[in-house]
Amino acid sequence: MTLVQNFPFFSIILSMAAAIVSFVLRGRGSRCVHLAMVTAVLAMSAATLGCTAATGESYTFMMGHYPAPWGNEIRVGPLESAMALCFSLLMLLSVLGGLAHIERDIPPSKVNLFYIQLDLMLSSLLALIYTNDLFTAYVFIEICTIAACGLIMARRIGRVYVSAVRYMVMSLVGSGLFLIGLSLLYAITGHLLMSPAKQALAALVGQKSSAVPLTVIFVLLTVSLGIKSGLYPFHTWIPDAYGYTTPAAAAVLSSLVCKGYILLLVKLMVRVLPAASPAAGRITDVLFVLGVTGMIWGSVDAIRERDVRRMTAYSSVAQIGYIYMGLGLGTQWGMVAAMFHVISHGAMKALLFICTAGLTEVSGGRGDRMALRGAGYRHRIAGIGFAIGSMSMIGIPLLTGFVSKYTFAAAATGAAPRRMVAAWIALAVSTTLNAVYFMRTVLVLYTSVEPSQRRAKDYRPSRIENAATIGLILLNIALGVASPPVLETLSRGLAVFG
Amino acid sequence: MGASILTNYEEIGAVLLFVIGLVNLLLQPNLVKKIIGLDIMDSAVYLFLAAKGYIAGRAAPIYTGGVTDASLYINPIPAGLVLTGIVVSVSVSALMMALTICLYRQYHTLNLDEIMMLLRRQEAEQLQHLAAEERPGDLP
Repeated sequence: MTLVQNFPFFSIILSMAAAIVSFVLRGRGSRCVHLAMVTAVLAMSAATLGCTAATGESYTFMMGHYPAPWGNEIRVGPLESAMALCFSLLMLLSVLGGLAHIERDIPPSKVNLFYIQLDLMLSSLLALIYTNDLFTAYVFIEICTIAACGLIMARRIGRVYVSAVRYMVMSLVGSGLFLIGLSLLYAITGHLLMSPAKQALAALVGQKSSAVPLTVIFVLLTVSLGIKSGLYPFHTWIPDAYGYTTPAAAAVLSSLVCKGYILLLVKLMVRVLPAASPAAGRITDVLFVLGVTGMIWGSVDAIRERDVRRMTAYSSVAQIGYIYMGLGLGTQWGMVAAMFHVISHGAMKALLFICTAGLTEVSGGRGDRMALRGAGYRHRIAGIGFAIGSMSMIGIPLLTGFVSKYTFAAAATGAAPRRMVAAWIALAVSTTLNAVYFMRTVLVLYTSVEPSQRRAKDYRPSRIENAATIGLILLNIALGVASPPVLETLSRGLAVFG
Repeated sequence: MGASILTNYEEIGAVLLFVIGLVNLLLQPNLVKKIIGLDIMDSAVYLFLAAKGYIAGRAAPIYTGGVTDASLYINPIPAGLVLTGIVVSVSVSALMMALTICLYRQYHTLNLDEIMMLLRRQEAEQLQHLAAEERPGDLP
């Protein structure tokens, strides 16, 4: 075993160790530890991706001394390492982009706690990406939930406690359903590791027994992860959770947290559920319908919203709908498109949340359309960033959102005719609605205002924030221009994922 | 049917308790009762796991007296899962209680519906304020 093969395990342990060390550090120290840790995880994930993409194979890493089917293990392939690379990059850029706000929004004595939540969040996301064990996944789902709750509460204003309670209630319903689903699965298969569980399930499907329990289990697991990732109609917690917290936390929550659960769901669909089982077809049907509904209703809700932060949050509901629609197509390409959109939406949404923070900052802290008039002149980089993020969301060519939509449309051609038509119509309607609310906001940002309102009073943009915004803009363009190798890696990764 | 209900009474009890807990967690407006619902729901899963993990007539998996035949012991993993699950649910309950205290300090009530009504009223006032400021035909 080469050194590189240990890196996924090192990254999980390193992020947990960073969280523990940060308890005894002050704000500045915990910030340095966090940034160093994320950079190290980024480098290690890049090395792992290089290694696995070169061989095109995945490998399992035994945790402890007991081999499968008894011990615990993680499994690493091109898809997992690509996701780890994207997640750590997006976390780094989001935190750098919101650095100045973190210092303003969070009392100095609590700053280290904020970074601890971020460390734990990254560690749980990495564990969800890599783990091959169902119960480990459950434990890290809970760690992720608790860390996300801490991030939602980062700004200590009255409203966030209500958002946090609403998030926790929905999330705990999800966790409870996941746990009972997991217990039932363990009861009928006798395995907690995914690959042996799949073999046991395939044997049961072959004997045509346990069809009802298998369907119930997968409905429970899908619904639980759907609730946690904000699938329509379980999305009610999203706008509150993303709308009131500090920008770095909002960017991390919207671009990463939901995606961890979606990846776990994909893993369950590919690595645990045998393709021959009748449950597989039913689940993709349900995901498709909910995904398509979410694509449209999320956008309709976003149009109704006056506050730009909550509008961006509602747009996440629509984008999560896109991902589930891709999974619901039930084809390999649909899944590749969904995985690409996981990355693509992360890059777009992190950029939008970071820029929104800059724009509201120069508009007296308000996010409504009246206050934002001419904000694009007052904060140029945030204005440009928001415009590019919006264009990417709508699907303008050369930006990552276009590649996503194109891949979804192309993937739909391989699905059943009815689904193909439904997916195309939903894509067209959703794109139009996206254009309505994003372009409306961009027009407001560049409405001509009096020269006195073109300058921000008492505001100096931080250089690090600007650099992070530029980094996110470049990421959006890079994913849009150089998408073929990314799509190639994802599709090869999915081929060895099961 | 009747016989299978009798043999699986523990699992049936666990699922009923799970549903009771879930409904309480979702529908109770009182935050403390929500937390109680959460705990009932989690405990139901532990009851399910413990019931599934126990086989009558077999011993706890502790190696004593030189008996190495695995078929005489029960599987220790369900008990391990229950223990891990308890740790998780204790920390989640603690977090929910901390949140409840914060909310009570802020709004002086434990009823989530009342808190939401207060918030909606505040938001409606803000919206009216904005609408008064935003003249029609002023914006694209």
